Amino acid sequence: MTAADASARIKERFGIDAVAEGGLGVTLASPRWPEFARFVRDELGCRYFNWLSAVDWKEQGFEVLCRVENLDTPLVVTMRTRLGAGETHCPTLTGLYQGADWMERECFDMFGIRFDGHPDLRRILLEDTWEGHPLLKSYAVDTPHPPYR
Amino acid sequence: MLDVNNTTRVEMDWSGPERLQMNMGPQHPSAHGVFRAIVTLEGETVVAVDAVIGYLHRCHEKLSETLTYAQYPSIASKTDYVAAMTSEFAYVLAAEEIGKFEVPKRAQYLRVIVAELQRIASHLLWLGTWCMDMGGALGGGATIFLYCIRERELVLDLFESLVGARLLYGFFQVGGTRYDIPDGWAQACRETIALIDSRIDEYEQMLEDNAFFLARTQGVGTVSRELAQDVGIAGPLLRGSGVDFDIRKNVPYSSYGDFDFTVPVETAGDCYARYKVRMAEFRQAIAIVRQALDKLPAGPISSRPALKSVAQIRIPKGEAYGRVEGPRGEVGSYIISDGSAKPYRMKWRGASFSNLSILPLIIPGHKVADVVAIMGSVDPVFGEVDR
Repeated sequence: MTAADASARIKERFGIDAVAEGGLGVTLASPRWPEFARFVRDELGCRYFNWLSAVDWKEQGFEVLCRVENLDTPLVVTMRTRLGAGETHCPTLTGLYQGADWMERECFDMFGIRFDGHPDLRRILLEDTWEGHPLLKSYAVDTPHPPYR
Repeated sequence: MLDVNNTTRVEMDWSGPERLQMNMGPQHPSAHGVFRAIVTLEGETVVAVDAVIGYLHRCHEKLSETLTYAQYPSIASKTDYVAAMTSEFAYVLAAEEIGKFEVPKRAQYLRVIVAELQRIASHLLWLGTWCMDMGGALGGGATIFLYCIRERELVLDLFESLVGARLLYGFFQVGGTRYDIPDGWAQACRETIALIDSRIDEYEQMLEDNAFFLARTQGVGTVSRELAQDVGIAGPLLRGSGVDFDIRKNVPYSSYGDFDFTVPVETAGDCYARYKVRMAEFRQAIAIVRQALDKLPAGPISSRPALKSVAQIRIPKGEAYGRVEGPRGEVGSYIISDGSAKPYRMKWRGASFSNLSILPLIIPGHKVADVVAIMGSVDPVFGEVDR
């Protein structure tokens, strides 16, 4: 499947124009996040889970990004969703991609984004008692370190 | 040859209701760093693994937001310190894509040479430590380890004469490379890779004629093609599971298209398949270095004038993902630029992080001793897992 075919199918099914950016970039509303991921996995053949992360756009809220690929064609889809100001909940992709497990935990650890439906959402890199989420723009880089256990 | 599969095995049966929880790590020698696996055992069989990581976390992603495009590449070295060239490479590729920097042909070739030498050095360390992990079964496990370290030192000598450092280089910069090769370096490099090339056969013989090595790696830690993609493992793990994907071939960068090489793929998905892929990659890496030295063009090594201040490189607003095929698989850097001298956000896609996340899925059902063999075959570097 070429990028143009994939783009046409996304347009037909979701009514969204995909942006060509060395792959396809698709921005959608967070309630459609898992539905779109399932479509990309099953119908566009993007079975390779590359990574998932987030961006803190300050007062505009979080953006969650996920990059999946069809390694045979090759086709790359970067999905993005804006959660909205102050919103910290996002649907999980763990039911679709097992790789999303650790990536979403890292995202929770670093940004405090709660992935609804994640089976084991706890911190992964920092210790459980850590206060704050370091990749928030409001988290100063020299925030005092809590005493180490 | 002793056929270990046909000898009678005596195993202690697990018959009680208790399960034992055992810590492997954080200071376990087979972890190759600091990694704690909490394994739940029924007798000697692992039934669950909880992986605890983060001991080396330095928050590179936050750090990169405070450092300029001129400063960060040498810090990027410290993510995967066993293959420092790779991480620098991914970062500068992403910055160059947004900033539309041309990279001179000579710099592209130099990048390929160091990246492939780095692959050789990294695979040598993997082979040595992995075989030492499996230890006595290989007839004095330290032998291969010392052989590999001996060869790796030669590659590090080359890096030392190139940049002055043996582990963390700062060789890459946005727009090119910081160093050109000194007089006589190309010849020294040819001699080193010829020597390593001649010794790989010896390692293969030592291992593949060893029934214990085969018994401990064949059919152990099998990853199916589907699971490999579902979890997003990369590099030799992905290719060991039958997926023919190598960024150097499929999405060529930095003139990789100019070189003639093959991508080894195995279909078994076990520890032995991953071993076979890496052994074949040694030879391919050597072939690429030879070709790059033969065809190395003359010319500048950087496309931009030298900086008067570290904040001088500015790239326009935009987003880009730079990805390279490192020794452990896809290493990627996703940069979001807001037009200033520092990234607004930088995401590391560490190959080891994704590769390690498969452990809890494949270890259950194996014996404790296999945990070590499987972990070694994944070749995690914890600087890159924790970033």
